[in-house]
Amino acid sequence: MARAVTTQRKAINTAFAWGVGLLIFFPILWTILTSFKTEAQAISDPPVFLFFDWTLENYAAVQERSNYARFLWNSIIIAVGSTILGTIIAVPAAWSMAFVPSKRTKDILLWMLSTKMLPAVGVLYPIYLLFIRLGWLDTQIGLVLVLMLINLPIIVWMLYTYFREIPGEILEAARMDGASLKDEIIYVLTPMAVPGIASTILLNIILAWNEAFWTLNLTAANAAPLTAFIASYSSPEGLFYAKLSAASVMAIAPILIMGWFSQKQLVRGLTFGAVK
Amino acid sequence: MTLKGAFLAASALVSVTATALSAEVLTIATVNNGDMVRMQKLTDDFTAKTGHEVNWVTLEENTLRTRVTTDITTKGGAFDIMTIGMYETPIWGANGWLVPLDDLSADYDADDILPAMRQGLSHDGTLYAAPFYGESSMIMYRTDLMQEAGLEMPKAPTWEFIREAAAAMTDREKDINGICLRGKAGWGEGGAFITVTANSFGARWFDENWTPQFDQPEWEEALTFFVDMMNNYGPPGYATNGFNENLSLFQQGKCGMWIDATVAASFVTNPDDSTVADKVGFALAPNKEGVEKRANWLWAWALAIPAGTQKEEAAKQFIEWATSKEYIELVAANEGWANVPPGARQSLYDNPEYQKVPFAQMTLDSILAADPNDPTVDPVPYVGVQFVAIPEFAGIATDVSQEFSAVYAGQQTVAEALEKAQALTLDAMEAAGY
Repeated sequence: MARAVTTQRKAINTAFAWGVGLLIFFPILWTILTSFKTEAQAISDPPVFLFFDWTLENYAAVQERSNYARFLWNSIIIAVGSTILGTIIAVPAAWSMAFVPSKRTKDILLWMLSTKMLPAVGVLYPIYLLFIRLGWLDTQIGLVLVLMLINLPIIVWMLYTYFREIPGEILEAARMDGASLKDEIIYVLTPMAVPGIASTILLNIILAWNEAFWTLNLTAANAAPLTAFIASYSSPEGLFYAKLSAASVMAIAPILIMGWFSQKQLVRGLTFGAVK
Repeated sequence: MTLKGAFLAASALVSVTATALSAEVLTIATVNNGDMVRMQKLTDDFTAKTGHEVNWVTLEENTLRTRVTTDITTKGGAFDIMTIGMYETPIWGANGWLVPLDDLSADYDADDILPAMRQGLSHDGTLYAAPFYGESSMIMYRTDLMQEAGLEMPKAPTWEFIREAAAAMTDREKDINGICLRGKAGWGEGGAFITVTANSFGARWFDENWTPQFDQPEWEEALTFFVDMMNNYGPPGYATNGFNENLSLFQQGKCGMWIDATVAASFVTNPDDSTVADKVGFALAPNKEGVEKRANWLWAWALAIPAGTQKEEAAKQFIEWATSKEYIELVAANEGWANVPPGARQSLYDNPEYQKVPFAQMTLDSILAADPNDPTVDPVPYVGVQFVAIPEFAGIATDVSQEFSAVYAGQQTVAEALEKAQALTLDAMEAAGY
């Protein structure tokens, strides 16, 4: 029998959830509001919340100074490219680890994850030198590859976790019905794992979109994505908070909109289970 | 058409074709600030004159520093021109990483560059970076509050006067702090300020044998004075205040005095952003009574060419354009004299139009009062006023400034911080082989 939930308890839970949600969203809301203020209003104390003369001057200034479309295009190529490439490599890897594990599978998984434990700056120079030698500095292909490699452990781990929840018996039954390995992956495994794969792809696009160490350090004028666009408005000597906020809003807007429309898939994938 | 006319037309055609053929695309790494943004807007003038195009890579100061350092140490070649400061230039010049700028054209008039800037951007007498703008630090103060306090700011005050004025101007009920100074950790933030403060109390980072000097009484006196004054008359939470935080406080009328970069003068006197724009006076940075050195630094953002670039000639043309007298006039014509890049050329300060700018003379006086080759009372083995031009300094000074910021935040005593600073500097210098 389902546990009865009182109206009062429901109200408390709802209020709490809203409170936490607003708390998490507040910095983004504040950034959006600041982007419509003048530089003087942006630093005023006490801060102004909603009642100020809204202005679009920061967006106009940012638009005039920077080639937003170029940064946006680079972000799309790098985030989507690295995620697709990573997924193509990770699906077979996760499948083999989930369904035909060897003695060393756990070690391999842990080893892959351990590459995330090293601070990125620790390998900056080797990667930079490699990029110079290969001619990949400030190129989209270079960044696609490096971000794919950085996010690969996460993609493999997530897919491995999802695949593990699919009972092996279902695949066995398919095999008994005469399905080949290819049929098994395409017609049985993939449809069941679609929510998991989708949420992995979405999460990795977000991670690649927001990556701000390699994208700043391996680019110059040609392949710089939106992280470099934001960095160009930050300054320790001069108050550019309103312009910085406008640049931030322009940089996060595409990914925020994508996240908004795909939130169902994202949540479904993160709570995914074949027998649920 | 006469023969002569045909010849001239052919010459012009050849000239235009040659320009088009040799036109380059320069990639320039630069820092985000008002002067640099203005330069980006005016790049079309350079392109029209030379045919060369420019791609800008604008980054926040610390990100830029990491980015260009990685590129130059690996000979990455990502940039044709780099914006670097006085700290990097002598070190990189000594390592042979920069193209010497000793063959700039006669029209450029390199002798017009202020001597302090020239010295700070040279190694062994060779200029390695051309100053785009230079700055020192000075006192900016509220003339109305000073008058209300019954005091008059001398042109060259002492720290004792500054403390007296800070006490008189502080009004906690009206949320006015007598003085606002940097306390934020970081070698270029609070670290720079406390270093010049120490200079003005007769302290120094190292003696002639590279032995750290934090165990000397001058450092204790300087740090104790700073902490006492800021605790009594500074804003709450000053341990995390840097340039921007203090600028914000001053512009909102919450500081009686602010000692910081001369470049701030144009911000605090701009009525669009500052509520106290018409009530700001300027004075030289203070010193302890009887100490010859003042608490003012010297800095320049300068343009340099990494050795090995394929576009050296075009890069030199750009540097000559961006740091020329003509460029200053171009900015003045477009944005007014108050917005020209200051602190690089003597001719700017000789210009009667620029002399009308209220902070012009004090900026020059402050720059002239700083000597990177003789920054302290006692002799030192290093170059640099608010920094020590050795590669290890940035790391060491960041750690030391964190210890000092912990004092400002009330987490440890002056004595504890100085003891830790001495130990960590000693360790780092020994490890570096000094």
